[in-house]
Amino acid sequence: MRHHIVLRVVAKLLIPLILLFALYVQFHGDYGPGGGFQAGVIFAAAFILYAIIFGLESARLVVPPTIIRAGVALGVLLYAGVGVASLLLGGTFLDYSVLAHDPLHGQHYGILLVELGVGITVASVMIAIFFTFAGRSR
Amino acid sequence: MIAPHLPILQVVIPLLAAPICVLLHSGRLAWLLTVAVSWVSFAVSVLLLGQVMDGGPLSYELGGWAPPWGIEYRIDALNALVLFIVSGISAIVLPFARASVEREIESERVYLFYTAYLLCLTGLLGITATGDAFNVFVFLEISSLSSYALISLGRDRRALMAAYQYLILGTIGATFILIGIGLAYMVTGTLNMADLAERLPAVSGNRTVQVSLAFLTVGICLKLALFPLHLWLPNAYAYAPSVVSAFLAATATKVSAYLLLRFLFTIFGVEFSFEAMQLGVILSTLAVLAMFVGSLVAIFQEDVKRMLAYSSIAQIGYIVLGISLVSVDGLTAGIVHLFNHAIIKGGMFLALGCIFFRIGSVQLHDMRGLGRRMPYTMAAFVVGGLGLIGVPLTAGFISKWYLVVAALEAGVWPLAVLVLASSLLAVIYVWRVVEVAYFQPVPDDKAAAKDKATLGEAPLSMLLPAWVLIGASIYFGLDTSFSVGVARAAASSLLGLDLAEIGS
Repeated sequence: MRHHIVLRVVAKLLIPLILLFALYVQFHGDYGPGGGFQAGVIFAAAFILYAIIFGLESARLVVPPTIIRAGVALGVLLYAGVGVASLLLGGTFLDYSVLAHDPLHGQHYGILLVELGVGITVASVMIAIFFTFAGRSR
Repeated sequence: MIAPHLPILQVVIPLLAAPICVLLHSGRLAWLLTVAVSWVSFAVSVLLLGQVMDGGPLSYELGGWAPPWGIEYRIDALNALVLFIVSGISAIVLPFARASVEREIESERVYLFYTAYLLCLTGLLGITATGDAFNVFVFLEISSLSSYALISLGRDRRALMAAYQYLILGTIGATFILIGIGLAYMVTGTLNMADLAERLPAVSGNRTVQVSLAFLTVGICLKLALFPLHLWLPNAYAYAPSVVSAFLAATATKVSAYLLLRFLFTIFGVEFSFEAMQLGVILSTLAVLAMFVGSLVAIFQEDVKRMLAYSSIAQIGYIVLGISLVSVDGLTAGIVHLFNHAIIKGGMFLALGCIFFRIGSVQLHDMRGLGRRMPYTMAAFVVGGLGLIGVPLTAGFISKWYLVVAALEAGVWPLAVLVLASSLLAVIYVWRVVEVAYFQPVPDDKAAAKDKATLGEAPLSMLLPAWVLIGASIYFGLDTSFSVGVARAAASSLLGLDLAEIGS
């Protein structure tokens, strides 16, 4: 990969922007098009691009398998946790209205947290799938 | 405060435990958590069953969105019973799992095994609890995907092929179900089951609705493994780890049978499903074929796990036959058999798991003389086998009794004769195991001599769960007030009758 200088420079320029765009899609999801799933895929795409250009070994150093595994679990836990929190606060499961002092803010926080959970799990799963298949030949 | 939330807790507790298992990253801790969660689920299902039997159906709206717009969980006698079966089997199977899983699955994968197990449990409980047709599909995929993973963890390399085969056929089944739900949604514009049931009769002449029922029936029958859509089942059960065989054999097809009941009776309604579309004839024909083909093929199996798998296909035939009679007695027979077969087959697969733990094989010729080496395990297997045949004093007798009575009441005595005739086939395949285990000498070759130390009973943690289920199969053969009582309540509510009118 030493001689692919154009690829490496362009990738280095693009990866931060891809990550930034993923975060935009993530947190703007409740006002415009987007949301956790799309953001997670875009976020993972940045890591997959990095792995393709700089090799699987260096990509594994950036995101160790332990972190990916924790990400897969934490996202689901966050989603379900929001549901349980709303249940404990006196609403029904996933009733965001009880999460804050008034229903409007409650709905807002609820959807943000839930979508964040989706984003974390989707990104982690996408990276995990890529690593699993890319690492098969070894 | 917690009581009104029980329907959702039933599903969410195992769902929450699954990612925690991944984070724990230790087989032993994951097992402990899974056992705890299973027993809590079982307690929840017992409470739910009690509430439903006392106070009628429960409804729970998710996210504060009222049905039919939001997702509704709806528990009545039928799905409370199925929830009870699924979580009960899980609670009994899991103490067995620790030793068995340690032996059969690589240690670094054990925590992932329990994660997949919990997701499978979540899926099965979710399918049963939900009152939303699309939600059914989502949970169906959760349970199916995790069961493919569970089956592929079997020690035999053929487990991978079996899991792949199940993946292909299971996906076709799930797709058919999704198409069916989509078509019904297209016509009615609603996904809520109760709402669908209200709107469908008005459009029953619509071709789309008829196609929707056809897709749903075929899709569910694929997941149910009704002959001739059973091809995925024998390999999946035979090569899966022992715990998985026991759990899936006792629960997965039962949940599919529940779906069949729910869609045919509650959503599309008896008039449409059985009078306009004449499904009764098709289902009873296939059920009778399943009874005979399943039992006949079971007779010729050398692998005892495969034998039990084919026997399951035959037993599914009995369940569907009861359903296809469309009477309170027929449905009661089907639902009771759903309950009894879960207990019997779960117990027998656990006994086989004990045998596999000790001799490392479930081939018939390796089981020579096993009656003397593992008397308690083999006794459990034989008592389970008597239940499959339908010998009096076992649970199997109760289901067959109700089935025969229902057939006679419906005036189709040939069906009653066929039920009895196919039971005789069960005698043959159970007898083959008995003959090998009790009447053939213990092989005295070097392999047997070498592991003298391992030639005892399985550990108590494995033997006890097997006997709990087998004991239950005898208990429910003697005292039927619980199983038949709930089944009758479920059957009459499916047919839209008041329990008091028909008496019990």
